[in-house]
Amino acid sequence: MDFTQKHILGIDHLSVAEIDLILNTAANFKEINNRDIKKVPTLRGKTIINLFFEASTRTRTSFEIAGKRLSADTINISASASSVVKGETLEDTAMNLEAMHPDIIVMRHSASGAPHYLAKRLPRSSIINAGDGTHEHPSQALLDMMTIREHKGRLDGLKVAIVGDITHSRVVRSNLIGLTRMGADVRVAGPGTMIPPGIERLGATVCRSLNEALEGADVVMMLRIQLERQGKSLLPTLREYSRFFGLNPSNLALAKPDALVMHPGPMNRGVEISTSVADGPQSVILDQVENGVAVRMALLYLVGGANNDESTIQSSQSKGVTA
Amino acid sequence: MSDESTTLLDATGVGRALTRISHEILEKNKGTQDLVLVGIRTGGDHLSRDIFNRIRDFEGVELPVGAIDITMYRDDLGIRSAPQMHSTEIPFSLDGKNVILVDDVLYTGRTIRAALDALMDLGRPRSIQLAVLIDRGHRELPIRADYVGRNVPTSISENVEVEFDSDGTALQIRLIKPRS
Repeated sequence: MDFTQKHILGIDHLSVAEIDLILNTAANFKEINNRDIKKVPTLRGKTIINLFFEASTRTRTSFEIAGKRLSADTINISASASSVVKGETLEDTAMNLEAMHPDIIVMRHSASGAPHYLAKRLPRSSIINAGDGTHEHPSQALLDMMTIREHKGRLDGLKVAIVGDITHSRVVRSNLIGLTRMGADVRVAGPGTMIPPGIERLGATVCRSLNEALEGADVVMMLRIQLERQGKSLLPTLREYSRFFGLNPSNLALAKPDALVMHPGPMNRGVEISTSVADGPQSVILDQVENGVAVRMALLYLVGGANNDESTIQSSQSKGVTA
Repeated sequence: MSDESTTLLDATGVGRALTRISHEILEKNKGTQDLVLVGIRTGGDHLSRDIFNRIRDFEGVELPVGAIDITMYRDDLGIRSAPQMHSTEIPFSLDGKNVILVDDVLYTGRTIRAALDALMDLGRPRSIQLAVLIDRGHRELPIRADYVGRNVPTSISENVEVEFDSDGTALQIRLIKPRS
């Protein structure tokens, strides 16, 4: 099938076939990361701007490495070092960047919907959402799905437990949409103050305790307690949180013996996950990071290696382009 | 409007061509020393395994065999929708090796150009030789094959199709003429 999306704004607008294509493409790109010469000329001459209005190490580095390994020119802009601190609006910042003719803008913003807003206003660039507020984080969900599929061979029919601050997590929202769309059975657990009403409508089963969520799970995904966001007002103490919702070897034993332990990072060791579990044999946390580069290469390739101008696609097909 | 097709080679014909190519490879390289096979996905991949089998039968030697996907090296990215990618699997070093690059149909030469770049990124072979089942002409780059199953004069509007069964054995090769 042909990938015809111009932007990657969320998992929500991707079909099962498109998710499959992204995961398969990523699996094929993964091999490049183990070569001596970790570079292919696929996106030579393309310009990618990483526009980050929120702090990020993993995601920004991962997108930057992915772009560079595809030979694109990548430029990083973080809000703290840009004209945003001088009071420029998001739209003006973006319009000015667009005037320099980038091909792809990878964007993270604290406001939900910010990338969607830009996608409507910028005529040329493809936008990839690298996390918007509490809405979506599609590349994270895709790398999670890739990691699960790599270890389990499938997503369909798996029981996935997601534990933590469900309300404020864009990782959860994207994973919930993606995993249920791919046929997995997702349960969520967390303190009552962190479970949004109506989450069932996205396909999740709400568990009242960690143990209930872990029972027979194939995958356990722990979320970071976001101390910088809202941790304090929603929790009595971190110790109490850790006692009721922290993953440790004894409660992990309730999950299937071969259950995968995942965490989107950065981890608060000793809070939501114990060190022995995070570094234990069931942990695939570093596989997630490794697959992150491959997934982002796939996304950049699929939106940047294509010409989404319908008429050009038509004419090259009718010429029967075979190299 | 339906297309008209003629069979260029049947399964027996393909087999004979591959037997000859296998012998020519051995003859030119004076045996199997430092020889490796790399097929271009997906047609050349099947054919390289076929050549592997034949050389094993003649010489009792199992050559290293790999497969290469050239999608990342295409020169027409961006003028069509992003083509589907396959995996590159070359589980051995190419350094100092004589690489037999295998493809099914040689046409413009652009696939081979891409494959040469892809191989160079993976190592430094001593030499690269090209084996193809069909050479249909119309080269757009200065590229030629070292081993050719059959030269077939074609027009640009025609299409050459190699049909494989599920095991990757070539069943037949057809020349398809569009009829308007």
